[in-house]
Amino acid sequence: MQKYITLFVMVLLAVPAFSQEDLQEVKITKKQKGIKKSYTVTANTSVITSKELLKAACCNLAESFETNPSIDVNFSDALTGTKQIKMLGLTSPYLMITEENIPSVRGASQAYGLSFTPGTWIESVQITKGAGSVINGYESISGQINTELLKPLNDIPFFLNAYGSTDSRFELNTHFNKKISDKWATSLFVHGNARVAKNDMNDDGFLDNPLGKQINILNRYQYYDAEKGLVGFVNFRYMNDKKQTGELNFDKDRDRGTTNSWGSEINTERFEVSTKIGYVFKDMPYQSIGFQNAFNSHNQDSYFGLNQYNIKQNSYYSNLIFNSIISNTMHKFSTGLNFSYDEYREFVNINDYSRIDNSVGAFFEYTYDNTDDFSLILGGRVDNHNRLGFFVTPRLHARYNPWKDGVIRFSAGRGKRSANIFAENQQLFASSRTFEILDTNGKIYGLNPEIAWNYGLSFSQKFKIFNQNAEAGIDFYRTDFQNQAVVDLMQSPQQVSFYNLKGNSFANSLQLEFNYELIHNLNLRTAYKYYDIQTDYLTGTFQRPLQAKHRFLGNLEYETNLNNDKQWKFDFTYNWSGKQQLPYTASNPTADQFPDFSPAYAVINAQVTRVFSPVFEVYVGGENIGNYKQEKAILGANDPFGPNFDASVAYAPIFGQMYYAGLRFKIK
Amino acid sequence: MRNLILIALVTFLGFSAQAQTKKNKNLKYTTEVNGNCEQCKKRIEKAAFSVPGVKTATWDVGTHQLTVIMNEEKCSPTDLKKAIAKVGHDTEDVKATESDYQNLHSCCKYDRK
Repeated sequence: MQKYITLFVMVLLAVPAFSQEDLQEVKITKKQKGIKKSYTVTANTSVITSKELLKAACCNLAESFETNPSIDVNFSDALTGTKQIKMLGLTSPYLMITEENIPSVRGASQAYGLSFTPGTWIESVQITKGAGSVINGYESISGQINTELLKPLNDIPFFLNAYGSTDSRFELNTHFNKKISDKWATSLFVHGNARVAKNDMNDDGFLDNPLGKQINILNRYQYYDAEKGLVGFVNFRYMNDKKQTGELNFDKDRDRGTTNSWGSEINTERFEVSTKIGYVFKDMPYQSIGFQNAFNSHNQDSYFGLNQYNIKQNSYYSNLIFNSIISNTMHKFSTGLNFSYDEYREFVNINDYSRIDNSVGAFFEYTYDNTDDFSLILGGRVDNHNRLGFFVTPRLHARYNPWKDGVIRFSAGRGKRSANIFAENQQLFASSRTFEILDTNGKIYGLNPEIAWNYGLSFSQKFKIFNQNAEAGIDFYRTDFQNQAVVDLMQSPQQVSFYNLKGNSFANSLQLEFNYELIHNLNLRTAYKYYDIQTDYLTGTFQRPLQAKHRFLGNLEYETNLNNDKQWKFDFTYNWSGKQQLPYTASNPTADQFPDFSPAYAVINAQVTRVFSPVFEVYVGGENIGNYKQEKAILGANDPFGPNFDASVAYAPIFGQMYYAGLRFKIK
Repeated sequence: MRNLILIALVTFLGFSAQAQTKKNKNLKYTTEVNGNCEQCKKRIEKAAFSVPGVKTATWDVGTHQLTVIMNEEKCSPTDLKKAIAKVGHDTEDVKATESDYQNLHSCCKYDRK
């Protein structure tokens, strides 16, 4: 039996070789921690377990990082309500976001993709700071986020989650699971959410949150044969998301395409099929083959006032990976091939930017582990891409434990990507800005590929204070852009320009972390972050707009001991954000200006969960309890078709305090 | 003629004998190794890996069982046990010398059988 379990674990781990040790931990540890940081993995990876995901209202993947020090959750704009994330001060396009190691948030789905994975589907999230592995691709620059969904073979037969909040958002999650035979199991996840009422707490005549409806269905099958060493997954997924925003009196049937009142709709439909098969060689648990294939179709139809933006992306991704050893398991390697194909049909008003991108690449990653205090991952890949050309991507990670409970890590690596300037900056359509692309010679909207190097150094130490566990950490990362598709909001409030970087652009990030178990079951997590993110724009060097230089996060969690299966859990999160550079608006009339810098502010969230039994639990919570609101959310709100209208600048919550309640029901 | 038959027989037997002792490239082998703690685990596994042909090595602190996968063409269970005894840990057949045992860290000085 033990052999089968080992086999099974090996197969599961074969493909995400990078996160191997974390996953093993998940299996072994009894009392789960919310965020796990192993001191024996090579990369600076932390694992968010499903327990951590229960700490916040956490309706989807984008919202699940609010208690996490490595990732900053921002407020993307005054209209869509979609939360954007940043790592090391860089937005999600600079991250490699994968779902079970298949790139998921990319291209057309960049702006809203994280909100398309419901929180209850998630088993765990692995966050790697810095360059990351070469196995899944060349695009990651500042980090990698991989989400593992619940596995049909380990799932419970039935799960129900209902949620409602004072901003009139409702959610329903139902999971069904069935073991078809001893080798097959299937899960069906059905998610629906809706925001049904119009809210305008700041009385600017615009909705603070979009009206919305989403239906999201995933059906997955898992196959597992221990004797043959075979494991496989097949997933089918369908998603339909509709959002409507804009002025309160906007009627989409009456006012679309007119200047009666300003409104916007963003409708997205997604269809996805993916398969995964893994084989572990007989009598050789250290050797395996994995083969992944994914096809997805993403179709977004949208308009923002009079701006039309439609994008359809059909993608195919394939990854073949072989894992084995060189003489013994102190020397492991992974090697394989990737293929990707993306067909874009993209229309910005009347301009057609349709194109086909494809790439084929090969990778080799060597891992040395002296089974004691040192390990190293050296990876490289070569790719041939029809727009990025032929290029090499080297990455290095190293770990050293100089003494007990201490770890030093170093990483360095290169990333290269094509910026989807419209999809990634589509909140700017909700403004009177004109879009200017100043370069014409490049292959991607006239621009050159973005290339950056990332270096990082970190140190963590565990120790005891008054006999309670404590941990302190410091890390520093630097991203240096060789080329960047600069998004320039510093020239004119009526324009956004895109051009190839001329001069320097870099992002420095320093993080200090301190975690302490104050008394038994009462845990404190704190982090201070310093960001210095500068870009040479045409009008001078500025900090990247909408990025705070100083941030502070505090999280306090308390849970009572299980008493007849009953339990209380309390969570409190404090997020402070320093002043942020705002886009240039000084040439506007005084009423339609932002100051150069936003004020600092704090947001407080809290939640209480009552576990009545293993079957049933209830939670209530509040977000932004201090009721902080951005003073002026939309520029030129009284003349949305005039020259000064801009709804794209969100540096703080638009909606004030929000309270929610929900329940979870499980049949085991 | 008799000689020929004899040669043929010998050749045959030779072959089959060879077939019988055909060496397993991925032999899974488990044996008891005496030790105490996490430090012992690191030392034992390191010693096992130092034997050419040993591909994986895991020592269980609780059960004292060392499980390896080894290439029999390159090494034998005896080679493995010798290497482990050399760093101070007793195995079923090969015991560590007293001086190697005394070189162990104090917390690693297991009770010798």
